[in-house]
Amino acid sequence: MKWVLVLMVICATTVGDVFRSLGMRQHGEIHDFRPGAIGSAFGMVARNSFVIISTCAMAVSFFSFMKLVSIAPMSFAVPMSAAAFIPETLLARVLLQEAVDWRRWAGVGLILIGVVFISQ
Amino acid sequence: MSLPAKTRLFAVLTILSNVAGNSFLTRGMQQLGGIGNSPLALIAALFHPWVALGVALLIVWTLTHMALLSWADLSYVMPVTALSYVVTAFAARLFLGENVSSARWLGIVLVTAGVTLVGRTAAASSLIEGKPIEGKSR
Repeated sequence: MKWVLVLMVICATTVGDVFRSLGMRQHGEIHDFRPGAIGSAFGMVARNSFVIISTCAMAVSFFSFMKLVSIAPMSFAVPMSAAAFIPETLLARVLLQEAVDWRRWAGVGLILIGVVFISQ
Repeated sequence: MSLPAKTRLFAVLTILSNVAGNSFLTRGMQQLGGIGNSPLALIAALFHPWVALGVALLIVWTLTHMALLSWADLSYVMPVTALSYVVTAFAARLFLGENVSSARWLGIVLVTAGVTLVGRTAAASSLIEGKPIEGKSR
């Protein structure tokens, strides 16, 4: 049960993050942080189909995570969800066409090894 | 506020709201105990005070994270905000009384090293816009 929930969190988080990044880029950079401007930016973003898909995936991820922390320690559940970095970095390179240089790959590799130790 | 300073401020806000949110959420869910697997039971759990506080902080986390992603690369934002895993281990030990093993602490050191390495690369290098936002590596 614990590992099923971990897998659900990882898959749903990956879909959620990648689609959220796609959606926010369509919107463009947020410069104005006054409440009214934030409200109108939120209104525009909420109608973006990428952001809607992302929100549904994040809901699945969140409720799976909520169930996970009720049966596993937080110091296990939270780092385990970091395994999403691997599919996410691959998708950032392929789908979002980000230039991921060797230092960033090495950093992600170290984080992955760290996460494996944290999960022990 | 310059873009690198704004990026760092939002990264810190993202980390703190994430750790505090998860801590309150875990405390609440553990107090509730076995609630079954039905979606309705999980939705009902949202009304537990600690769970509700955790969710409120995680909403703050989501908003700061979304703002950060609007100008910085996903492959920069993800690993930098991974610092929250380190802070989470301390919070788990201090506030939830969890035993954090030596293997887990070793993992924390590796995560910190990875985060440091990623932090030395530019925050935005997107090929979609055709130009980097923050220039070359700091």
